[in-house]
Amino acid sequence: MKIMTQLMTEDGIRCDGRRVDQLRNISIKVGVLKNADGSAYIEFGKNKILAGVFGPRDVHPKHMANQDTGILRCRYHMSPFSVTERKNPAPSRREIEISKVLKEALQPALILKDFPRTVIDVFVEVLQADGGSRCAALDAAAVALADAGIPMRDLVSACAAGKVADRIVLDVNNEEDQEGQADMPVAIMPNVGKVTLMQLDGILTTEEYKTCLQTAIGGCRTVYEIQRKALVEKYFESGDK
Amino acid sequence: MMDVKRRYVIPGDVIASGPLRPEQNVYQEGDRIISTCVGISEIFENAVRVIPLTGVYVPKTNDLVIGKVVGTSPLSWEFDINSCFIGFLPAQDVFGRDYSPTKDELKQRLNIGDLVAARVANFDRSRDPLLTVQDRDLGKIDSGELIEISPSKVPRLIGKRGSMIQTIEMATKAMITIGQNGWIVVSCENSEGLLKAIEAVKMVDALAHTPNLTERVKSMLGVPEGENNDTIND
Repeated sequence: MKIMTQLMTEDGIRCDGRRVDQLRNISIKVGVLKNADGSAYIEFGKNKILAGVFGPRDVHPKHMANQDTGILRCRYHMSPFSVTERKNPAPSRREIEISKVLKEALQPALILKDFPRTVIDVFVEVLQADGGSRCAALDAAAVALADAGIPMRDLVSACAAGKVADRIVLDVNNEEDQEGQADMPVAIMPNVGKVTLMQLDGILTTEEYKTCLQTAIGGCRTVYEIQRKALVEKYFESGDK
Repeated sequence: MMDVKRRYVIPGDVIASGPLRPEQNVYQEGDRIISTCVGISEIFENAVRVIPLTGVYVPKTNDLVIGKVVGTSPLSWEFDINSCFIGFLPAQDVFGRDYSPTKDELKQRLNIGDLVAARVANFDRSRDPLLTVQDRDLGKIDSGELIEISPSKVPRLIGKRGSMIQTIEMATKAMITIGQNGWIVVSCENSEGLLKAIEAVKMVDALAHTPNLTERVKSMLGVPEGENNDTIND
């Protein structure tokens, strides 16, 4: 096995200088795309992600329409320049999976019954990727949906936790994701108190699993406050422009 | 007015709990009442609702809307009503009962691209909205300027008991037709009044969430203070 970069010092400082329970810097901007019905831009550490929401609108192709309820479509896409080696812009296996995962994580929060025969399209474009992009994408998409005025039971907040150098850490970055022992992205609806996404890549003991999940949920709650602040800033604090 | 409690909310915020009646844009879980959109919550006489600040137009029966003809079928016109649903205007509504698709040509009356003021006659979740022009002041719009504003801001443009729209109409001598779908037609005989009225409508759209808006619009239009005193500042 090749010699790894040291992921954590003995006093628990991680490779990017964070403590084990510290998130990366997160900033969210709402309403950045003029032509979309709702949009958001998130910087989650070095992740830079744009999310745009269109709809509710007519479904094309028509056979996808559901007479009883609206449908949700998600597209997660990484720009060719988002990673160090040029990425082929065609949707990869991984992107197709994440699109599906995002859709299933957002769907429980949306009240689609109000819009039968229509579709809500969510487009997520990763401009720069740095580990944990599915969580960041989910955070941006949830804010963009709220910006579009789609009725929602709750926002969706997501954050990952993982196991690095035998310790449970919050918000795994790219290096830790590549060389760490486990990665667990979690998304919750913070007010409803339900988990909408939980994946686990790696091996954890039962004890570790429990701590990891709790750590991730704690991170989600911090993210929720940032999402909330971004929405409040756009809608309630631009009184005098 | 006294016991209205207002608060800024985002989706998922618990507005209140207890024996209250959930109305628009909220849902009930247990005894908690939770907001479903970004907006301003109101608790009034045991009813809880949220006035949305964003979102698309959802047709309601009896709404006045402004639609644009986008197509025809043998028996009806199809309208873009700035919503996720397409509005239908049956041909009989315009031609009368003896309409016959072989004899009458729909495009003679309303062509693609025409603007029409119509009322939503019927709408439920199983069918697209049905429009009607069988009323006073409804029908094809021949002249004027079309402005699009956010449908959630239409109530603000009308104002309490029509105060805002009256202020603008009186100050500019313009005729303003407001569709609940956020499409507005302004017509005026002199061009200066038209431009002023358009500017005022756009100002309301941009500053809809700010207090004292009627006063601001008045000062922009140059209406002297103290006129039209029945406006309410909130």
